[in-house]
Amino acid sequence: MIARRQVIAAGIGSLAAAFATRVRAGVPPELGQQPPNLPEGARTSAELVRIDGKLPLIKRTYRPPNFETPLKYFAEPITRNDAFFVRYHAAAIPEVNAGDWRLTVAGDGASAQASFSLAELQQRFTQVDVTAVCLCSGNRRGMFEPHVPGIQWGPGAMGNARWSGVRLRDVLNAVGVRKEALEVSFDGADSALLTGPDFVKSIPLWKALEADALIAFGMNGEPLPHWNGFPARLVVPGWTATYWVKHLARIDVLTQPSASFWMRTGYRIPANRFPVTERFVSQEAGGTTPITEIAVSSLIVEPADGMRLAAGRGLEVRGIAWDGGAGIARVEYSLDGGATWRRADLGADFGRFSFRPWKIGLSPRERGPLALQVRATNRLGVSQPEELIRNPAGYHHNIIQRIVIEVV
Amino acid sequence: MRKRSAVASLIVIALAAATIGPVHAEESAVVLKDAPGRDTVQANCLACHSADYIVMNSPFLDGKGWRASVTKMINVMGAPITAADAEEIIRYLTANYGVTPRP
Repeated sequence: MIARRQVIAAGIGSLAAAFATRVRAGVPPELGQQPPNLPEGARTSAELVRIDGKLPLIKRTYRPPNFETPLKYFAEPITRNDAFFVRYHAAAIPEVNAGDWRLTVAGDGASAQASFSLAELQQRFTQVDVTAVCLCSGNRRGMFEPHVPGIQWGPGAMGNARWSGVRLRDVLNAVGVRKEALEVSFDGADSALLTGPDFVKSIPLWKALEADALIAFGMNGEPLPHWNGFPARLVVPGWTATYWVKHLARIDVLTQPSASFWMRTGYRIPANRFPVTERFVSQEAGGTTPITEIAVSSLIVEPADGMRLAAGRGLEVRGIAWDGGAGIARVEYSLDGGATWRRADLGADFGRFSFRPWKIGLSPRERGPLALQVRATNRLGVSQPEELIRNPAGYHHNIIQRIVIEVV
Repeated sequence: MRKRSAVASLIVIALAAATIGPVHAEESAVVLKDAPGRDTVQANCLACHSADYIVMNSPFLDGKGWRASVTKMINVMGAPITAADAEEIIRYLTANYGVTPRP
């Protein structure tokens, strides 16, 4: 399935000699720009690897496949498909044939059971687009201090795309939703290799009926790449990517809370500790709640941390900001450790669910290290925190980023 | 050679798994530290996931942390690991991929 793979480079010492296909080319910049506070093992086991249809991405794990988008691709507000991150819980990932693919809609909360081909969905329902950030709940988990187990992501377990498809609510309404319906659950065609719970996720009915929730077939004007869910995936703008089920095969309308492991046990956060506005009441239990919307955050894309700049020379700092759908109100920066903040210039607005580009012009005259902090604030007035809100699974890392520019 | 036999056994696992799902050939380049218990780790853990899951999550878990991870694999993920093997796996992971003791 991914036989045509190229290992671009490895800087892994004793491992590097084991296979002739591994090219030693020093540390490529994509790996060199990883956050310095990732666990040592996460840095040494990372490689720049090309899988089918993708540019070289940062390999976190081979199987199940987890590949991170290198920082440089966030210089554009829309993330290109071939650089978009890859994240799976299951290692058995079928190559779905679009002609054979069918989507089943059923469940005790549906008035009927139905099955649709790709062509039927596309012909019968209005096609819509939404630009939205797809962000792994555990993005930046590797930067948690103290570290927590899981995929040790840097900042690139996310991407922003223009998703095209049909509204989930149009499909649900065509089948019929009973008044007792509570949640809608989603199952993809991927499964565990030998054992383990199937990756099934649910969302509240009210969320499923929002106009922006899509069954998407297209990504940036092209069919979904295999590794991003071909031929159809769920798109839940504003909510973390755990709900964006790939290779979508089955939808169940439920009158009872889903009992899936990935709802009851996985992807949960302590209740009342995060500034969350969208609740998932039917799944709240025991002081925890499923993760819901994406936390407000930002990322400095250029320059790299530690860059050297001649005193008096101009520098444009560029980055992106995003949140869970309120939209970005402002991005600010501080050069004095957070005592005072000034506004960054916001760039093109692709909608409230999209990355929002920003830039800052600097021309520092004083020689020495210059610490730059950047924070985003959304239209609800929620800003990035200074301190990490710790939680066992390492979700919602959105603390204010700080880089140092060496003015020489 | 110890290293070569480890790689060979990984390939055997990979071929066995290939009948069930896709396996990335290059993952067998991820070689775990050669120490007592490695064969048990490879025989039990690598049927379902690549070895980089272990390396990536190091070195910050203590014995308790690795025990929790192995227990999760058995109880939640359904890994068919015997109690004796589980103890050997936890010992290997703690000794080779555990948190570095501070002086």
